[in-house]
Amino acid sequence: MPASPAPFLRIEGVSKNFGTFQAVRDVSLTIDRGEIFALLGGSGCGKTTLLRMLAGFEDPSAGRIFLDGQDMTGVPPWERPVHMMFQSYALFPHMTVEKNVGYGLKHDAMSAAERADRVRAMLDLVQLAPFAQRKPHQISGGQRQRVALARALARQPKLLLLDEPLAALDKKLREQTQFELMSIQERTGVTFIVVTHDQEEAMTLADRIAVMDRGQVQQIGPPAEVYEHPATRFVANFLGSITQFPATVTAVSGPRARLTVPAFGTEVETIALPGLAPGESLTLGLRPEKVALHRDRPDGPNVISGEVKDLAYFGKDSLYRITLPGGSLMAVHAVNARRDGEARPDWYDRVWLSFEPASAILLRD
Amino acid sequence: MKRRPWFLFTTLVFGFAFFYVPILSMIVYSFNESRLATVWGGFSTKWYVSLLSNRQVGAALMLSLQIAVISASVATILGTMAGIALARYTRFKGRLLFSGLVTAPLVMPEVITGISALMLFILMADWIGWPGQRGFTTITLAHITFSMVFVTTIVQARMMQADRAIEEAAMDLGSRPWQVLWDITLPTIFPAILSGWLLAFTISLDDVVITSFTTGPGNTTLPLLIWSKVKLGVTPDINALATLTVLVVGTGVVIAGILLNRAEARRIRDERMAYRSHD
Ligand SMILES: Nc1ncnc2c1ncn2[C@@H]1O[C@H](COP(=O)(O)OP(=O)(O)OP(=O)(O)O)[C@@H](O)[C@H]1O
Ligand SMILES: [Mg+2]
Repeated sequence: MPASPAPFLRIEGVSKNFGTFQAVRDVSLTIDRGEIFALLGGSGCGKTTLLRMLAGFEDPSAGRIFLDGQDMTGVPPWERPVHMMFQSYALFPHMTVEKNVGYGLKHDAMSAAERADRVRAMLDLVQLAPFAQRKPHQISGGQRQRVALARALARQPKLLLLDEPLAALDKKLREQTQFELMSIQERTGVTFIVVTHDQEEAMTLADRIAVMDRGQVQQIGPPAEVYEHPATRFVANFLGSITQFPATVTAVSGPRARLTVPAFGTEVETIALPGLAPGESLTLGLRPEKVALHRDRPDGPNVISGEVKDLAYFGKDSLYRITLPGGSLMAVHAVNARRDGEARPDWYDRVWLSFEPASAILLRD
Repeated sequence: MKRRPWFLFTTLVFGFAFFYVPILSMIVYSFNESRLATVWGGFSTKWYVSLLSNRQVGAALMLSLQIAVISASVATILGTMAGIALARYTRFKGRLLFSGLVTAPLVMPEVITGISALMLFILMADWIGWPGQRGFTTITLAHITFSMVFVTTIVQARMMQADRAIEEAAMDLGSRPWQVLWDITLPTIFPAILSGWLLAFTISLDDVVITSFTTGPGNTTLPLLIWSKVKLGVTPDINALATLTVLVVGTGVVIAGILLNRAEARRIRDERMAYRSHD
């Protein structure tokens, strides 16, 4: 993603301490206008805290936040063009759906008719017009989620913060709502920051993802980049699954490198990292779908022998766990392209594994 | 096999009897034809009729009602503010002292509260010449100070259960803190405020001890009137008056309880709904 000259949102070295505990550590990132940006990380890693600093509910202990060129330091929540959709939705229990959605509009200079029009448009956007007169406790969880979204969008914020917006929904509704969210974002053009601990949700929704761990941003990038080129072992583990092996560099020639991997019992060839030198120890990671499974020894580089220890048949694909010469296990994902069972390796079968040099992920510690 | 919990049952019966038999006998004897409190002379409502025409009782009742309404209203305003402050601002300097000061009167013997109020009024009269005479104002002030505590406790408990995110959402949507208080906080805790008012009202209405310390000549509230009359012997018209008082106070307490219960039930239902997903 090309860096624009003046980013829409710039977070500059922001930290947050609660007493001696540092919930957010030195986070810096920029977000472009109209982007869907996901903050992804495990429980307690500081996602909500970062969001609350953007909304103005917490003051950063260090660092600054610029929105549209304006320094947000000291600007109270009610003056920020930033709205938040709360994890608990936080609907006003004593107001109807319509009053909830229209609540923020009373602060804007507009006639009663304009206000009613806007509320109706918002209710249409989230398909809740028939429920306008209901109270929050008279509608379902998914409907409440949409009321919260409509309420946060009604004042046309520059930036919308969504804290685990789909966490309270069941799986089917969640998937359907993800696409609804994306289409609403497209139609309104509002910049979204979505907090989630669900990696699939982050990948589906976001243009770019920031992966957080213990208050720090580990990596920022488009989903494919973060998945295929994880910067740290944490990121590699957190997104998708990966099997990791210790390895030592034996030779580097141009873009290629050769490594010994004790677990494989053989040398393998990979793409070199910048500045890689022979003798360096690092971690080699392989994602299950990047490894090919063969019954007969194939030609080419990076061929490893093994034995099927475990297999799970899912129909369209199968997951194998293969015992390697060094005794460790590797996960392999194979698509069941053929119908005859004979083609598929079975328990205790001797098999061959291979992978492209570009498929291996090299991680320095 | 389920054993009859006879022990619990007997305790319950005796407990209730201990509490309610005196009240019941009072109600029964208020319909007594005879003038003698202990001799049943047949059913009659004449004491209620004579009560209605008794100017002294009417004046005392009016005074009591006025004091109760004013002191309950002021106590509700002050108590609500204190309750919100205690629940919301958990880290201001001297919070522990403040919350101690607010709740101490709950356990303070009424005599002490009454004496200290009296002392204050006497000292103030000495220093600033006010209050020149004790009566309506001093009684009302004393009632405010001790009934406020109950409002504070009820409001604080309700605020502790309230969802802070709702207030933040309102702030996020452009409302300043005082607007949030008005639009969101007060409506959601309204049942607690109302039951606080009712409680303060009934407490003020039937108070004897603190009132007798802070009253002056010619200001006789209903409980004081009953008290002074009983000293001359229990008569059926006192029974009638007390029966009416029980009726009013009982109704107030029951309504307060229902309001609190209903708000609690609604909150639980809302929470349950919140965790239920789509139909
Ligand atoms: N007001 C506070 N006082 C003290 N510690 C806090 C406070 N708010 C958050 N924390 C701590 O900061 C850390 C980060 O919290 P945060 O709510 O940002 O996590 P999160 O990433 O949103 O987690 P989750 O996915 O569970 O919502 C946690 O360890 C939490 O205990
Ligand atoms: Mg969170």
